[in-house]
Amino acid sequence: MAILVDDNTRLIVQGITGRDGSFHTRQMIEYGTKVVAGVTPGKGGQSFQGPGGESVPIFNSMDRAVAETGGNTSIVYVPPAFAAGAVEEAADSGVDLVVAITEGVPVLDMARAHVFARDRGARVLGPNCPGVISPGKAKVGIIPAQIVTPGPVGVISRSGTLTYEAVIHLTNAGIGQTTCVGIGGDPLIGTNFVDALVVFATDPETEAIVMIGEIGGTDEQEAARWVSENLNIPVVGFIAGQTAPPGRQMGHAGAIISGSAGTAEEKTKAFEENGIRVAKRPVEIVGLIQDALGLKGG
Amino acid sequence: MNIHEYQAKDILRTNGIPVPPGEVATTPEEAVRIAESYGSMVVVKAQVHSGGRGKAGGVKLAKSTDEVRERAENILGMTISGLTVEKVLITPAEDIDTEAYVGVMIDRVSQSATFMVSSEGGIDIEEVAHTNPDAIRKLTVDPRYGLMGHQAFWLANALYDDPSLIKQAAKIIRQLYTAFSTSGASMVEINPLITTTNGEVKAIDAKMSIDDSELFRLPEIAEYRDLSAEPWAETKAREANLTYVKLDGNVGCCVNGAGLAMATMDLVKYYGGEPANFLDIGGSSNPEKVVAALEIITSDPNVDVILFNIFGGITRGDDVAKGIVEATRRIDIKPPIVIRLTGTNEKEGLKILAESGFSAFTSMDEVVERAVQLAAEV
Repeated sequence: MAILVDDNTRLIVQGITGRDGSFHTRQMIEYGTKVVAGVTPGKGGQSFQGPGGESVPIFNSMDRAVAETGGNTSIVYVPPAFAAGAVEEAADSGVDLVVAITEGVPVLDMARAHVFARDRGARVLGPNCPGVISPGKAKVGIIPAQIVTPGPVGVISRSGTLTYEAVIHLTNAGIGQTTCVGIGGDPLIGTNFVDALVVFATDPETEAIVMIGEIGGTDEQEAARWVSENLNIPVVGFIAGQTAPPGRQMGHAGAIISGSAGTAEEKTKAFEENGIRVAKRPVEIVGLIQDALGLKGG
Repeated sequence: MNIHEYQAKDILRTNGIPVPPGEVATTPEEAVRIAESYGSMVVVKAQVHSGGRGKAGGVKLAKSTDEVRERAENILGMTISGLTVEKVLITPAEDIDTEAYVGVMIDRVSQSATFMVSSEGGIDIEEVAHTNPDAIRKLTVDPRYGLMGHQAFWLANALYDDPSLIKQAAKIIRQLYTAFSTSGASMVEINPLITTTNGEVKAIDAKMSIDDSELFRLPEIAEYRDLSAEPWAETKAREANLTYVKLDGNVGCCVNGAGLAMATMDLVKYYGGEPANFLDIGGSSNPEKVVAALEIITSDPNVDVILFNIFGGITRGDDVAKGIVEATRRIDIKPPIVIRLTGTNEKEGLKILAESGFSAFTSMDEVVERAVQLAAEV
């Protein structure tokens, strides 16, 4: 069944004419995602050429794009200065899901954008995330097509390339994914672990979940408690940053141990106490999933 | 980005908060001159990006010109948390009656600016949170409305009983919110917020962290960066658009992606090694970036081996390989380099590396094991 994005996704690309926007739009069209429109203020009326000759209409604003094409999802490839505004515009246009790829969005801007989007009933993914992919159905983001394959495992991750590392092992072992959700590396994100788990819990095709966390914040700890109280399918986890020093931002704006809070140790403990087995190395995730699903090799 | 007390105080003063005057000195003579201009007892305060300055002996009262000189001589050049004190703030000593705590920061759970206030000031708020959490009053600001007047009063009521003090504190709290939201801050703490014996409320210490994502649109705040407080390697990394954090080990790491970089460091430790650094080289395969990364990593004399871990998604393996070959042609790298390359155009990339004599792997475990082995042989 997949979650968040699938064959019903009608995608609008905000920033379609930019370098990243245009590159990834071609990749998404190639994957089979229905890209119905692009938005770049000032370029309304122009067309975007897909890799197979598809013609995607470009609009000046999200509200025009939604009105003309019935788009229900948007993706934001807009620079940090304008990204939160683009998220707000998308939420206001009535789309159900806004995937914000941009890294470096001012945190206070997102504080307002998240509240606004919730008020308008739009889910935000990110910012600073690689997006989401439901293998065989739709890709909204930058997760490479070759690392995923359809199957029964749901993946939720704060990371980009670490997600690829984890998922490729699953794919190579013949264990595919229903949906891979990149929730992003920022401190204020629109969809956190619990939010993603809640949706996965409604998907009958997802039989197990992999959670890839990292230092900073208390999201993994809250998710662990939610899992033991609410989820009936097995969850396997991995936490990056066992060797991260306190007080230093490790790349991701949200990857910082504040005082003694948000350590990898604390998160690992929370997982283990709530029945989530924790892989010590990315490659161990496969074995734990095989165990959990009762598969050979586990 | 952290800023010094004197810079944070400038920002608070600009926003109308009562902050005693202060001036920065870099020599004992300057410190004396400034103290004399105040004509009163002064406090000599080390200006470094570190907590515990008082405990380290970096905050001292000075009752006379000789004492000012002596304090300044002792404190300037002192090392606190590995940082050398190059500046001291000279500020008139205040007549302190009570000390409170007022802070505002972005709270990840409520996803908004959150105030924490406590009548227990002058000490570590984390300690208060552990020993006496009821002494802390919290309020989350709704981004739709900002901090409302009655909310500022509600917070101030947790600090004082006297109506005049409450009124002053409420005003300071409103001004603090303005300072916080217009200076791109991720955190501001006034600790302590004092009352003087003649009934005035003042901020006599201020600590502020700036959200790095705000710097592009707040150039005057970006100016506050203290390059001398930053190791050369970190400055260079920032300029090259890389993220670098030095650690204590001898296995240098260069990885694309923050999560993967952390996992790589962790794996080094798992295999019995010690990571020398965190370095996220990001998505580009540009040789310039690889050169910068190698210069940064090798500026650390502890590094005995350099390990690359590249998982190419959009980034293509052959581009990365070319970048590494080009970079190592340009600069002389002494420690051995081991490379793991996987993802897009992996085969082409590995071929290019092999042709240049590099030890290249497709497995993350294998490359880390090899790196740790080489580091141990040194």
